[in-house]
Amino acid sequence: MADTPQQVTLTIEGVTVSVPRGTMILEAAKRAGVLIPHYCYHPGLPVAGVCRMCLVQLEGQPKLQIACATAVAEGQVVNVFAPQAVEARKGVLEFLLINHPLDCPICDQAGECELQDYVFREGRAATRYTPTYAKRFNPVEDFGPDVLYVANRCILCTRCVRFMEHAADQPILNVSERGDRAYIGVHPDRQLDHPWSGNVVDLCPVGSLLSKDFLHKARAWELDKTASVCTGCSQGCNIALETRQGAVVRLRPRVNPDVNRYFMCDHGRLAYRWMNRGDRIEAPLVRRDGGLAATDWDEALRQAVETIAGVGGEVLVLASPAASTEALFLARRVAGERFRGAFRVARVPGDAPLVGVPNLALREERAPNVRGAATLGYTEEFDRAVAGVGRAAVVLVLDETLHDLPVAALAQAPAVIYLGTALPEAARGARIVLPITNVAEEDGTFVNRDGRVQCFMQARGGPGMARPAWWVLGELLAGLGRGPAPGSAAEAFAMLAAEVETFGGLSYTVLGARGARLGQRAPAGATA
Amino acid sequence: MGYPHKPHARETVLLSQYFGDPDARSYAGWVKRGGYQALRQALAMKPAEVIDVVKEAGLRGRGGAGFPAGMKWSFMPKEKSRPHYLCCNADESEPGTFKDREIMRWTPHALIEGCAVALHAIQAEVAYIYIRGEFTEAIRVMQGALDEAYKEGVLGANAMGTGRRLDVWIHRGAGAYICGEETALMNSIEGKRGNPRIRPPFPAQVGVFGMPTTVNNVETITTVPHILNRGAAWYKGLSLSNPKSAGTKLFSICGHVARPGNYEVTMGFPLRELLYDVAGLRPGRTLKAVQPGGSSVPLITREEAETCLLDYEGCVAVGTQLGSGGMIVYDDSADMVYQIMRLARFYAHESCAQCTQCREGTGWTVRILERILSGKGEMQDLDLLLDLGEQMTGKTICVLSDSCAAPVVSGIKKFRNEFEAYITGARKPALALA
Repeated sequence: MADTPQQVTLTIEGVTVSVPRGTMILEAAKRAGVLIPHYCYHPGLPVAGVCRMCLVQLEGQPKLQIACATAVAEGQVVNVFAPQAVEARKGVLEFLLINHPLDCPICDQAGECELQDYVFREGRAATRYTPTYAKRFNPVEDFGPDVLYVANRCILCTRCVRFMEHAADQPILNVSERGDRAYIGVHPDRQLDHPWSGNVVDLCPVGSLLSKDFLHKARAWELDKTASVCTGCSQGCNIALETRQGAVVRLRPRVNPDVNRYFMCDHGRLAYRWMNRGDRIEAPLVRRDGGLAATDWDEALRQAVETIAGVGGEVLVLASPAASTEALFLARRVAGERFRGAFRVARVPGDAPLVGVPNLALREERAPNVRGAATLGYTEEFDRAVAGVGRAAVVLVLDETLHDLPVAALAQAPAVIYLGTALPEAARGARIVLPITNVAEEDGTFVNRDGRVQCFMQARGGPGMARPAWWVLGELLAGLGRGPAPGSAAEAFAMLAAEVETFGGLSYTVLGARGARLGQRAPAGATA
Repeated sequence: MGYPHKPHARETVLLSQYFGDPDARSYAGWVKRGGYQALRQALAMKPAEVIDVVKEAGLRGRGGAGFPAGMKWSFMPKEKSRPHYLCCNADESEPGTFKDREIMRWTPHALIEGCAVALHAIQAEVAYIYIRGEFTEAIRVMQGALDEAYKEGVLGANAMGTGRRLDVWIHRGAGAYICGEETALMNSIEGKRGNPRIRPPFPAQVGVFGMPTTVNNVETITTVPHILNRGAAWYKGLSLSNPKSAGTKLFSICGHVARPGNYEVTMGFPLRELLYDVAGLRPGRTLKAVQPGGSSVPLITREEAETCLLDYEGCVAVGTQLGSGGMIVYDDSADMVYQIMRLARFYAHESCAQCTQCREGTGWTVRILERILSGKGEMQDLDLLLDLGEQMTGKTICVLSDSCAAPVVSGIKKFRNEFEAYITGARKPALALA
């Protein structure tokens, strides 16, 4: 074995590519811009080589070979669309369909189904499974808290079996029976309740494994997908936030080889309902006649600036570790010399790892930006800070929901400016309430536990007059005469990168879709 | 020999010489018959020298594929850095084949001796004899012989007094046809579901328990001591035909013959003589079709069978394969459509369900054949069956799918009139398809 991977050059559908020795043809083809149809192959799982869908023709070889398990060779010529290869894949598709129900109209997978896609691309227009042979029938099975198994649609690709065996290290699924009676079996005394088991639904190329949570909620083509970052813990799994007409209906993992590869845990996957909550603050509120009254942004911001500028002494920022790095930074800037920041984070003892993937777990700290808050000088002395609010001149609450706090927890504070999405009892005494957007409604960044800064994108508009916290705080900053207000989250981040050494060299361009580590200043002139 | 029938003069009995002779089963009886001399001789040789003799003899795998045995052994790593294993394939699950069973029933020490020689040749210490679970008698006899072999010091920590450790274990199969496929067999030994593995890696690199492994058929292994005793040139010279097919071959002849049984003849023996003269057809019957190598090889017609020389190349020349030597004979009373459906049904039942073409294609093939037999078939079904056969051939991990297609495709090509008779109504539907 050589220490350095040697490059191998081959030609795939006329495109010449160089890939490391040992690469499988299917992966090499991706580099050549050719998608070789496949079902059982998944880059995050051991190769099975069973669906036989990725058969390709190699020049000089009489038999077709499977691209998922055939390594590249120097000078190899791969013909993905050779007539005999296309014919063989057409045969596989026909075989897969003879026992597959034609229930696409009521199948959740329709529109994102690899069986549909490849049949459309390479399959027969009509069946030869005539006249009326019965299709294999097995009843729908309840596999676990969020997974249904629709056996009739199963194509036995075994991705789910391999995920549970190799990634989750909990081999409770298998292929039961033989021949065309085969189905996916679940251990009779167990259910699919592993903290990462929801991934089998994503892995399933057809509508055989379904999420109960998402069942019949939307058609795939109605969904808008936005790149985001999971807020469930400090791991920072990359996700796609899927919305239907502005409502978040599903979270799915987004590939990031450095963080979560292809996976996300069930806790994160199901932690989206709060994003859709209906009791949002929709207008800025100011204190009037002993109560809070709606006003416009100009008035609310003017009062907030006056409040902060009008008194000396500490500005205590009670921040949420789920607030964006940009907002945490700007809140600190607004407080200036008088800044003191505190946060708290829910901790659930014990990581829940996905053992097959290094450094991937549902983490104890159940917030996405603990590292960002700590890096920017916020301390985890929340209780002490709350107890001492009377000593601060102004208390600025940033997205901290104040849950579990007594209604009068902040009553001793001379002035409370509350930036939040909803108005809890403990915030009703605030002088000024500024409605902000949530993670689905703004751009921003989180810093995960390993110091990786990652962007999340806006998926939909905020309710009413709510604005991103970076905007609100930027306006306050300008109102206080301490700098220009950033015009975007990216600009806010640029200000942060310019001022805080550990963020040096980073920008939204550098971060891209997969993020970058703190403290790794890119060389001047480097591009993403 | 054609146990329970008397040996035929045209046979060349090497492996089957003691079939039916209970005295040959014991250690003492086996030693009296020259047993364990070859092992003593082998242990005095270097492993590579043993391999060279087997290569020189031209011994090819008797399990079906006919791969040169010496070459297979030579694929094992020369420098031993990890444990090596030998798996003796005694699953004998191919319908029509029952030769290994008789070797184990009558000459268990012959197999043990062969295993020990092979262990030495591939620098392994442990052999697993994977015996079809239904072979209860063979298992009992083998276990008894193994116990004796350990007691007599043939096996164990000081095998044959050489200070070398040689162990042989019996592993009982649980009834799946596919576990006769060498990689499925290894999975089964490991306690996993008996699914064939994708290759590469090949067993000689990554075999049972992830270690370098050689898998040989019972008949192959049992032949090796004979080669060592009498020399490669002698063995090679037994062949009547060509140098690529050496030695003798056991044929398990079943079906429409007067004297079904195991017959051992030299390679290149004319099929017509084996059938007509040795096993014999039933009185008043004429030959219709033959599968010379077990249920998975293509059918040949009487005309093809009468010109066929029984060796690897001779079978290929008439469009079939020597296979395992499980010869299934059909005379003019056979309903080929029904027989082919039964074969396909077997493969549909035994498909491991991994590869799409096999899992779905075998079942579909059966349904079409059943429909033809029920009188509801259409002419286009025949072309569809041929096309399915094409899709099921050469595209899967193992050859179970090909094995289902082979008799169907060859059957339609060679006995199309019988299929058409059901479709046109010239032949009455088969009522019970049991």
